[in-house]
Amino acid sequence: MAESEITLHDLDATAGLAAVLAGKVRPGAVVLLEGPLGAGKTAFARAFLRALTGDPGLDVPSPTFTLVQSYDTPRGPVHHLDLWRLPGPQGLDELGWDELLRDIVLVEWPDRLGPYLPQGALGLRLSILDAQTRRAGLIGWTA
Amino acid sequence: MRPVLAIETSCDETAAAVLDGDGVVLAEAVLSQRDHAAFGGVVPEIAARAHLAHLPGMVAEVMARAGLGFDGLEAVAASSGPGLIGGLIVGSGFAKGVAMARGIRFLGINHLEAHALTARLTHGIAFPYLLLLVSGGHCQCLAIEGVGQYRRLGGTIDDAVGEAFDKVGKLLGLGWPGGPAVERLAASGDPARFALPRPLLGRAGCDFSFSGLKTAVAHLVAAYPAGPLPAQDAADIARAFQDAVAAVMADRARHALAMVPAARTLVVAGGVAANTAIRLALEKVAGAAGLDFVAPPLRLCGDNAVMVAWAAIERLRLGVSNSLDQAPRPRWPLDGADMRVPAAPTA
Repeated sequence: MAESEITLHDLDATAGLAAVLAGKVRPGAVVLLEGPLGAGKTAFARAFLRALTGDPGLDVPSPTFTLVQSYDTPRGPVHHLDLWRLPGPQGLDELGWDELLRDIVLVEWPDRLGPYLPQGALGLRLSILDAQTRRAGLIGWTA
Repeated sequence: MRPVLAIETSCDETAAAVLDGDGVVLAEAVLSQRDHAAFGGVVPEIAARAHLAHLPGMVAEVMARAGLGFDGLEAVAASSGPGLIGGLIVGSGFAKGVAMARGIRFLGINHLEAHALTARLTHGIAFPYLLLLVSGGHCQCLAIEGVGQYRRLGGTIDDAVGEAFDKVGKLLGLGWPGGPAVERLAASGDPARFALPRPLLGRAGCDFSFSGLKTAVAHLVAAYPAGPLPAQDAADIARAFQDAVAAVMADRARHALAMVPAARTLVVAGGVAANTAIRLALEKVAGAAGLDFVAPPLRLCGDNAVMVAWAAIERLRLGVSNSLDQAPRPRWPLDGADMRVPAAPTA
């Protein structure tokens, strides 16, 4: 799938991109957030959720431990998942994966999804260039 | 008061305990994440099925060890949030079933309240006190002013501190869980070798942030070629990381103490309290302010049902129990109005 790339010079640039992309999602959208530890996946998700809710101070804790955190937004529920602690797709059923897909879903560490990886998912691939700068690969987004 | 049976299934652990009305533990059992993992490789924390498979037998066992039948209970309590909804439904559903069948009272306990009140069971401390709740999933600072009277002074704005330890452990190529492994490695590390950021140090309030610190470690590690880090370098990074965390925790605790001048005790609870460097740093802060320092035994810092039973006893003493239509809540802030004890008596 076509992938376009942009360079994000700091966290504000990441937040700006998140706000733009937040404007493009509707219920049923799945956004896969890829990149190594420290790339800024959760920071992106935080800015994305703050843009969707219109609440710049929205508390968005890391979902690493709880696996999923859900938020009510004007565009319906948004589920923020972090599959880092999972060794693989076992257990996604019990997390209610099928039901979550009716809403907007953000997934960190989507490589754990295995066969559950949805067709047509949107993607953001973050890589670390230096302490501040990130490269973002955009997958599946329309202009 | 007759004994109380309590159940804990909000996350990884399946646990049950029976305490008498004075808080004496008559029987308890905890099936940890690792024990669960032996059962078919299902991811335990999301497997409500695993809780369901083990809970009935565990309850029967603790009741037998306590020498009690359900009719001998004052009440039955369950962790009803925050946590993973599948486990919460299993635990509170089971407790409600027992309560309904035997006509005894039910309490749906906030899991964080159970952590918050544990130091009163173990050390008998008086309100108000300050609580630092620091674990893989929690990182917050609370003023504990009475049963149901909790004021959140600050918390993490991104990663929990235990999560930062686990992720740094992963970056350094260590096994799971990361906390103890990082601490062991840090013991042989040079504290002067690397300088890492100390997020929010000196900032007003007592919020925490550990994401930037984790990212700084990732950046240090990225400078090395792929493969295992040189042993001494890994140790030096671990030491720099642990020192940064300890310095931040001490700074935040100092701010918290200033926010609650009436507090007489600083309590640290949660798995991260096992880290000696952090515990010593916090003990020093408490000592300098003339406060007592309390860390409940580790067995009661992780998830367990003893703390849930104790929170239920504290509430029962104030005449509180819950109706059977109380629904489990995946998100349940401790400072919400629904935590208040009706017609709150003075603490």
